[in-house]
Amino acid sequence: MSDSRRTFLLRGFSGAGAAWIAANWPAQAAAAEKAQAMGSFTFFTREQAAEIDAMAGQIYPTTDTPGAREAQVVYFIDLALVTFAQDKQDVYRKGFADLGAKTKSFAAMSSADQIALLTSIETTPFFKIVRDHTLMGMFAAPQHGGNFQKVGWKQIGFDDSLNFRAPFGAYDV
Amino acid sequence: MKKYSPSEEVDFLVIGSGAAGGVMAKQLSQAGFSVVVLEQGGWGAYGHEQDYTKDELSNRFPAPVDKLMSDPSQQRNTFRRTAAEKAIEGHHNYGCVVGGGTVTYGASSWRHLPYEFDEASRGGAMAGTGIADWPITYKELEPYYSQAEWEIGISGPNVKTPLIAPMSRPYPQKPLPEKSSGALFRKAAQQLGLTVVPNVAAIITEPYNGRSGCINCGMCSGYGCQVKARSSSAVALLPIAVATGNCEIRVNAYVREISTDASGKATGAVYFDKANDNREVFQKAKVVVLSANGTETPRLLLLSKSNRFQHGLANSSGVVGKYLMTGNGGGASGLFEKPLNEYKGCVTGAAILDYVPNDVKGRGWYGGGRMTARGFTSPIDYALGGPHGAPSWGAGYKKALMEQANRKMYIANFISQMPLETNTVDLDPDVKDAWGLAAMRITTQSHENDMKAVRFFIEKSVEVLKAAGAHTVWADTPSDSKGGAHARGTCRMGNDPKTSVVNKYHRAHDVPNLFVVDGSSLVTGGRNHPTMTISALAYRAADHLVKAAKSGNVTI
Repeated sequence: MSDSRRTFLLRGFSGAGAAWIAANWPAQAAAAEKAQAMGSFTFFTREQAAEIDAMAGQIYPTTDTPGAREAQVVYFIDLALVTFAQDKQDVYRKGFADLGAKTKSFAAMSSADQIALLTSIETTPFFKIVRDHTLMGMFAAPQHGGNFQKVGWKQIGFDDSLNFRAPFGAYDV
Repeated sequence: MKKYSPSEEVDFLVIGSGAAGGVMAKQLSQAGFSVVVLEQGGWGAYGHEQDYTKDELSNRFPAPVDKLMSDPSQQRNTFRRTAAEKAIEGHHNYGCVVGGGTVTYGASSWRHLPYEFDEASRGGAMAGTGIADWPITYKELEPYYSQAEWEIGISGPNVKTPLIAPMSRPYPQKPLPEKSSGALFRKAAQQLGLTVVPNVAAIITEPYNGRSGCINCGMCSGYGCQVKARSSSAVALLPIAVATGNCEIRVNAYVREISTDASGKATGAVYFDKANDNREVFQKAKVVVLSANGTETPRLLLLSKSNRFQHGLANSSGVVGKYLMTGNGGGASGLFEKPLNEYKGCVTGAAILDYVPNDVKGRGWYGGGRMTARGFTSPIDYALGGPHGAPSWGAGYKKALMEQANRKMYIANFISQMPLETNTVDLDPDVKDAWGLAAMRITTQSHENDMKAVRFFIEKSVEVLKAAGAHTVWADTPSDSKGGAHARGTCRMGNDPKTSVVNKYHRAHDVPNLFVVDGSSLVTGGRNHPTMTISALAYRAADHLVKAAKSGNVTI
């Protein structure tokens, strides 16, 4: 994992961008790198991570194919909140507080109860951003922490090769 | 690169480095004149294009130095439908980097058609609209289209049909390869008797002028091109301007005013140097060329008020900012049995041209449009938008997302929009941008005629998808445009100083040494993407301006 963090820092952004990250997110990004390698988190507490993991697991569920949990989306979101989505930290803090008022542990609820609760908060800024971050974590390049082993890309038939030649699909053969 | 001191009076100051600014900078500096180009964005990966990212997340959330587009939280703007409403926060943005919008655009490069230059004479003035003849004809512009296509590097089909503007020279490059959506277009066209051609694109398909052909990577519209196949101003024009030794490109220069003297002549421009604590710099120039795009150009003129020009510079007609056309869209999506893999290759695929010409009697509305084939372009964008006819999360979402991803084709239509006096860019009285200047306010509501056109094209899209064999089809809900990349019309050309902003040489009627060259010059919007017409107009404007400047009097 530490190699993929480094990839994020050095290759995910262009040269000048990497310098900007180094200047602006130094401690956080380094800590996040260490954290995922150790299976721990930078922004989230362990409990918060479990709640987000469970929410992501309902937003993009595991069916007969992998879902957000197998894609390790929670690590993507943890990293996002100390990098490009820093401005969303307060939405998460408020979201955890509101969630805490509804349930002691979202992760411990039954699947049906989880879906019912999420449906009841569907229009809140917290749910909307967790939904968007879950999908980004599912389909962003693996170096950003999610889409583990490209499971998201494989599901939608996306090939991340750097160039293609015609024929591209089944109808232009 | 040549550097000029701000106090040195350069021959030409060009504001903006996009489709028009790039042409002006190149033509003027090649003619031997001293040129400073002011660009409010940064360099991007100018000269090291291989560093442009294909990473969707990084491209979506770029570090400030990597931004290729303006940021509506900085370049703030507001939006409303009509003058009776209070404008709300807007999301309009535009290319903001050396090369402007051409660095990231989809690169469709169609010419306007001959009959789009004299629509008022042909069809008669239409009550309640600002349809007017251009002061130039297609014939006058044709050689400059050709010059633009060959210098910039355009790929396209060489077919003769009245549905395509007549060309004196074929396109220099063969068209982009057909995609599955194009093959399906042809299948439908055979049944319906329609005409399908590959897209005309500012994307080269084979090596050209030292650049590589397109590798069909798929991360196209919205991304900088790593192999320089997209013929942006930044790779096709500005390097030539810089190589003359006469042209300086100055980045991070956010212009707040075009300055004038007591006699009403332009003397240069004042800009905030964004990289140096926004300190103000005045660049002196003999002639100012404004090429800041169809929305920022009128705003800058309106910001450039003075005692002499109390309603904004070059605005004695009151027409600056009026007749905004952003173009309308809408279409339909269809699901097919087998994978299309539309994310490979360039975003805009083949075109159906049969509904480009007018058919007022047959259809009951004025105008036309071009149908284009496309599919899903990139994973995050596709997932956030979500599948059709499905919930926005959960097992139902996931199932539909997987089913539709590679089997969906979308028809996007580019539809004419009437120029209306009430559709405007002006200054918001309350909201300021990040530099303390009055924010841009966009007011736009399409004529009912245009909404008929939108509904027509949505119906036609459904018909084409069904004929192509789609087993499920979703029609878009008709919606009116809100702004975006194709803004034009806001400083219209004309012979009459009372009803137009610039004359047929793009000189402001009111200012002897100010030229306005970009999408704002267009009198009518056309059925097609505006960029190729903007490029051709710039080549024509530069040709006349160079001759005039060499003879010692630019007041043409």
